[in-house]
Amino acid sequence: MDAYVYLKVLWWLLLGVLLMGLAIMVGMDMGVGALMRFVGKNDAERRTALNIVGPHWDGNQVWFILGGGAIFAAFPSLYATSFSVFYIVMILLLFSMIMRPVAFEYRSKVPSDRWRANWDWAFLISGALPMIIYGAAIGNILEGVGFHFGWDGQYYQTESFLSYLLNPFAILCGVLALSMALYQGAAMLMIRGSDPIYSRAKKIGSAAGLLSAVLFIAGGFWVSGMSGYVLHNADAAMPANISAAQNVSREVGAWLRNYGNMPVLWLVPALGVLGMVAGSLAMRAGKAALAWWLGALAWIGTLGTVGVSMFPFLMPSSDNPAQSITVWNGTGSAYNLVWMTIFTVIFVPTILSYTTWCFRVMRGKVKSPAAQDDHAY
Amino acid sequence: MDMIINPTVVELSRLQFALTALYHFLFVPLTLGLTFILATMETIYVVTKKPIYKEMTQFWGKLFGINFALGVATGLTMEFEFGTNWSMYSHFVGDIFGTPLAIEGLMAFFMESTFVGVMFFGWDRISPKAHLVVTYLVALGSNLSALWILIANGFMQDPRGGTFDPNTMRMQFTSFVGLIFNPDAQAKFVHTSIAGFVTGSMFVMAVSAYYLLNKRHRDLALRSFRIASIFGVISTVGVITLGDALGYIDAHSQPTKLAAMEAIWETSPNPVSAPWNLIAIPDQSAQKNVFEIGIPYVLTPLLTHSETEVIPGILQLEQDAKPKIENGIKAMIALKAYNADHNDTAALATFKQYENDMGYGFLAKEFAPNQDLAKVDASNLPSVLDKTAKATIPNVWVEFWAFRLMVAAGFAMLALFAFTSYYSLKNQIERHPLLLKLALWSVVLPWVACEFGWITAENGRQPWTVYGWLPTFVSASSHSVGYMIFSLIGFVLLYSSFIIAELYLMFKFARLGPQEHHGHGHDEGAAVGGGMAGKPAFAKPSLDRR
Repeated sequence: MDAYVYLKVLWWLLLGVLLMGLAIMVGMDMGVGALMRFVGKNDAERRTALNIVGPHWDGNQVWFILGGGAIFAAFPSLYATSFSVFYIVMILLLFSMIMRPVAFEYRSKVPSDRWRANWDWAFLISGALPMIIYGAAIGNILEGVGFHFGWDGQYYQTESFLSYLLNPFAILCGVLALSMALYQGAAMLMIRGSDPIYSRAKKIGSAAGLLSAVLFIAGGFWVSGMSGYVLHNADAAMPANISAAQNVSREVGAWLRNYGNMPVLWLVPALGVLGMVAGSLAMRAGKAALAWWLGALAWIGTLGTVGVSMFPFLMPSSDNPAQSITVWNGTGSAYNLVWMTIFTVIFVPTILSYTTWCFRVMRGKVKSPAAQDDHAY
Repeated sequence: MDMIINPTVVELSRLQFALTALYHFLFVPLTLGLTFILATMETIYVVTKKPIYKEMTQFWGKLFGINFALGVATGLTMEFEFGTNWSMYSHFVGDIFGTPLAIEGLMAFFMESTFVGVMFFGWDRISPKAHLVVTYLVALGSNLSALWILIANGFMQDPRGGTFDPNTMRMQFTSFVGLIFNPDAQAKFVHTSIAGFVTGSMFVMAVSAYYLLNKRHRDLALRSFRIASIFGVISTVGVITLGDALGYIDAHSQPTKLAAMEAIWETSPNPVSAPWNLIAIPDQSAQKNVFEIGIPYVLTPLLTHSETEVIPGILQLEQDAKPKIENGIKAMIALKAYNADHNDTAALATFKQYENDMGYGFLAKEFAPNQDLAKVDASNLPSVLDKTAKATIPNVWVEFWAFRLMVAAGFAMLALFAFTSYYSLKNQIERHPLLLKLALWSVVLPWVACEFGWITAENGRQPWTVYGWLPTFVSASSHSVGYMIFSLIGFVLLYSSFIIAELYLMFKFARLGPQEHHGHGHDEGAAVGGGMAGKPAFAKPSLDRR
């Protein structure tokens, strides 16, 4: 097989790792943001909750920025098209994402109740909304998106943003993503928090874990009856050209074909369900760190399920299925992917090691910060 | 049929990108500069163990944090907007342009953002030396971040390291070395990061001047003032030198930008005595300056570092563009034919013949009947050529004055830093309250220089997003006007409330000054009840206790 094909598949896997890293780490911080009003009944408790992710949210957020950059470079046409077709939704996601760093830095700098209450709302919105949009975007992609390309590569958009928002399957996926983020946030609040935050997080988190499992399984049944896409006569080594027509058909149940061909893939969704159910139980048993890792496993299983169900599709076009973006026509050039791989091999282990160091330095239970403490949020 | 591009949507997309980028760059230079000033102060603390330097690091660090948050938040917008608003651009050059952005995340931004948490919160958890290393890593991370972003920007100014591939219909990455050692990117990185040092220096110096004028926090203010003024004088010399180098590079890679920057319409027959326009009022439709004051013998040596090199004027550049436009139209028509049928070798051969001018064909699309190059024929060709040629020139008025404002602010700061560092080194700065007042009010100058510098760089790149290859007009996403108005209003509302909150906090904490505790380290629980308002901003300064 062509080396270019290996590179394409490698970057498909890395795209998955990025989306998972982003969901686990950023999702956790967003879960904490969304839960803050509920686990913290007074200002001191809310500040404690914030400071649990305080030293790390900024580093975690880079998963999001790195995700954007890596998709831009490794899947230029996917980046160009997905961000534009979901314009209004993406702008809302962006607005809530940029509200968050500001809320962290500014909330506790002024001792006024009104100031802080406003930022608490900002935390709730900027925690919940992006996760709903993240899930809903993936739901829409599974259903196929209304776009096609002109000969010069410019995309044409044929659906309005309302059809992406007011879409039952997308809403289900959005709620699932939010529920998983709440679970992950709750696990972190339990690891570094103590009562009453600990027990409130435990209650909400274990329920969110079970809810996630129910939604995930329901979503699976929905997808099995959905009309998915099939790529015939794939040319995996093709030059990545999105305007070149591929032979694609739409068939009900097509998203289950990969499992029929390789039954071992059923392990992927099974891991997702296992993570959610076992995680919920672990949380109820007070094993917070174990619950956190099981939550991570749940994300890996869930996003992995989306990936293996759709492979080799990245974003199918309901308008002109022949112009669907796939792993074969949507990547960067071989030369670019080689360089991207080199940098990934050098820097991802580096990042993981210093991130671990920073978590170690800042580990331990978070005490309620003093009314004026320069070194806490 | 090709898509008809709505010029209003393109203009709104440009407006949104320009506003969000300029807004982002209100915060970036201070981050770039303050990190190194913080690292310097903390180095002195670690070496001398004097608690005052720790207090300084923590105080300026707090102001740094207020600024840093908005820099990170508004940087997200920039990363998103290529995809949300410049879809064709992202598709066309993502294979090259996306890579430095991805590397920026991997190499720089992760480092900066991960360690900044420990920098703020880790004072009591790691040794002073380890904390110093962390501070340096934040400084290094933020400046490396600027490096990769400016490498990406350098590609837009002078595309190197890639070429167009008719089989993928986009520009493809071919040379990593070509991309990163682009002279424009190298010079601009140094120019921009040093501009950040200038900004950081001016900020620290101005706030310190405020304390000195009010006779508060004298010890901290005097020391900070000295560090900042010395940092400032060195950086300003550096930023001007690199700006000159950048102009020299542009003279060769972007002649249209240079001609517009200096408002040169006619090529001077005698390069030696060609005048340099100190002041001009350009009129783009009449293609001349309505009014100008020129200084002879300055232009050629200033821009080309030689006596004899000819600087082509705008009128000549327009004429030079016409054959390229004609070739470019042929290239685009052949490319479309080849794209429809990959066995059409004749079309491919025609495309290959003219491919270096394809960008000019793209540019002509805007002026072709129905934006369709196939409809260009002998009867309308002269008018298409004429309009397209004029469109190769950026807005001269904006370019000329933005450049002059940047340069004026730069030299004003050089003079100011020269005086302040001189008197600060002589320990006489407090005897010159007028100079202190000037230092305080000059705090806006670095921002003027930075913002107008970016306007010079990016307005001068027009009409291209990728110079010579991809016009801005075809780069934008095909949104509706309604979508654009929605996002623009959203940005205006959100960003306005952010800047109000930021300025409120900056003024509040700058006026409040450092907490004067005789001990050092941080005061867990010590200041309970005191709150931030413990010392009202307007209260008479307490007598200095040191």
